[in-house]
Amino acid sequence: MTHHNKNWKEIAPAGVCSKSSIGFLTGDWKTYTPVRDPEKCTRCVLCVIFCPDGAIKWHPEKNDIEFDYNFCKGCGICANQCPTNAITMRLEQESK
Amino acid sequence: MTTQEWKFTAKDIAEKPDLFLAGHRACAGCGPATVFRMIMKATRGPTIVTEATGCMEVVSSIYPYTSWAVPWLHTAFETSASNASGIEAALKIMKKKGRLNHEHVDVIAFAGDGGTYDIGIQALSGAVERGHDFLFVLYDNEAYMNTGIQRSGGTPHGAATTTSPAGKSIPGKLEYKKPIADIMVAHNMPYVATASPYYWKDLMTKVRKGLEVEGPAFLHVFAPCPRGWRSDPAKSMEYSKLAVESCVFPVWESVNGHCQLSIPSKLISLAPQKKRPVDEYLKGQGRFRHIFKPQNKKLLVDVQRMTDARWECLLRKCGETPKTA
Repeated sequence: MTHHNKNWKEIAPAGVCSKSSIGFLTGDWKTYTPVRDPEKCTRCVLCVIFCPDGAIKWHPEKNDIEFDYNFCKGCGICANQCPTNAITMRLEQESK
Repeated sequence: MTTQEWKFTAKDIAEKPDLFLAGHRACAGCGPATVFRMIMKATRGPTIVTEATGCMEVVSSIYPYTSWAVPWLHTAFETSASNASGIEAALKIMKKKGRLNHEHVDVIAFAGDGGTYDIGIQALSGAVERGHDFLFVLYDNEAYMNTGIQRSGGTPHGAATTTSPAGKSIPGKLEYKKPIADIMVAHNMPYVATASPYYWKDLMTKVRKGLEVEGPAFLHVFAPCPRGWRSDPAKSMEYSKLAVESCVFPVWESVNGHCQLSIPSKLISLAPQKKRPVDEYLKGQGRFRHIFKPQNKKLLVDVQRMTDARWECLLRKCGETPKTA
């Protein structure tokens, strides 16, 4: 952030949010990390659709999905909904 | 682009950029966040969103961050529908004066169950009566989750909340859930639908239909809240599936007053043996934990009875003959 954030006294009465929340990383909230087995994954992209945080990206050119651990909160919806059980939730230190 | 032309395959949807961005501060496993992402992916072009106070308003717009990639307006708890009618009226006059370059600009009003069932219903009823062209989305997490899980008109019978705690005096909420979608059908609206995020294709088709229809549209979306329901965050989507399969939350749509079941519920009406008992849905949710105690056996029977009664009533409305398993 290059410029100073205005405090509540300085902003206009109807506040305008000026920054995209993409700049606010929520990835450090998680306890468990989703780890995918690319062999089992059928690229059905259900996890991309069900992720509440938009933390799984679909890359059509690579025909593959990618986890964005900067935003993943580790809820485990992807692992629970995966039809082939390709995603497992692991504690952060185990996954490294 | 009409609904038929629009591509609904999972990969097309996955490829579409998010308009409800990552970095919002909803709890892990938030059902409404999934619902919002899906709805924003189903929009057809320029869209203006207005939102009443509620969980998703708070988590998506903590100053100075915003999770919205579209024009978005926050409004008071009760006025999301009247705000939407103002936006729609302004768009109409701008178009008349030639100041609007787009062919159509869609207006979506979001509100939670508190902002619809209880506080926002008069504004919604008024806006629908005036016939403004907008889509009202009710994301139903079945209590005032934002302020600490107080009961609302949308809280189901028997659920424990902080203002209807299960204990010696009462076994959770004593009253039944308000049939809000039926109330909206009674407004003679062009389009009313209920949807569940597990059936994402069904939900997105309904959003598109609601946007394309001339006049007001109402969409009631089931949105599990792991925090308030005291359930496992990983099971949000599972509960939204179980709610449909146990007929606690059947999915249907009403076009110009003509009701019909949507495919997930239609399959259950055709094969009643697929209908699951409500305890499969209630199990695992902390807010219904007390229901399984021996002294509350009557309550479980009552929940099942009411669910069946509402399901049969819906079947009759949709012109299906109730069958028994």
